[in-house]
Amino acid sequence: MSSENGPAFAGLEVGQVVAEREVAVSRDALVRYAGASGDFNPIHYNDAFAESVGLPGVIAHGMLTMGVAASVVEEWAGPGNVWDLQTRFTRPVPVPALGDATVTFTATVGALDADARTARVNVTVEHDGAKVLGKAQAVVACA
Amino acid sequence: MPVNIDAVGRSYGPHEPYEVTRIKIREFADAVDARSFAHRSEEAARAEGYGDVVAPTTFAVLIAQQAEFHVVVDPEVGVDFSRVVHADERFTHHRPIVAGDLITATVHIDAIKQRAGISMVTTRTELSDEDGAPVSTVISTLAVREEA
Repeated sequence: MSSENGPAFAGLEVGQVVAEREVAVSRDALVRYAGASGDFNPIHYNDAFAESVGLPGVIAHGMLTMGVAASVVEEWAGPGNVWDLQTRFTRPVPVPALGDATVTFTATVGALDADARTARVNVTVEHDGAKVLGKAQAVVACA
Repeated sequence: MPVNIDAVGRSYGPHEPYEVTRIKIREFADAVDARSFAHRSEEAARAEGYGDVVAPTTFAVLIAQQAEFHVVVDPEVGVDFSRVVHADERFTHHRPIVAGDLITATVHIDAIKQRAGISMVTTRTELSDEDGAPVSTVISTLAVREEA
């Protein structure tokens, strides 16, 4: 499943960091994602509601964090070349009413498949010194 | 009331097709910080080899979550949405989604596992195009906390 507009397979090495990004997640970003995705669960914009269900306050959509992780990989892979993407949501990202929450993304080559010309990319996503996504892995079609 | 494990194997849909539009792809790309012009310009998308503006990797969630909603609201499944946390998600794309696609979704309840007051409900949503060809498979697990 190689891809003509994908990154060059030749020269890739396991352990190589292919993309990094630091994102400041604000309430605005949550509202924007809610509108774009249609996920209007109030735990993502209403503190009183979030606290009533046992959360510390408003948290980011897990799918927003996953979506940005995909975008970080895609910036290197090229659009349409992430063929498989999976993650577990291991820890919430609380987002304050004012200011923002800093989330860092690091995409590293985890495995290479020369026959399929694909790279498995592991994405480490951290907030406040702890991982927020578990086993975040993308399979990228290379050229 | 706990989640009904007998619901495993149920499926829902396909319902009315979802029409993928350029404006929605752009809006979604802005929301997830996807920066390629191929999400915004037909010309840029064509230069990358696509027939029209191409969707970001997780765009399929928009269509899949609409389908999964049929599971959540089925009283015979018994999910209390106010007690739901998203546990995991996986996308397997058979081809990229592009503007102009008419996508239908069928959702299957693949597994329900219960332990320590939590039900893990795993759904698999199969997305296909107008010709019935597979587009994406979206697997999602919701953790539902049972009432103490």
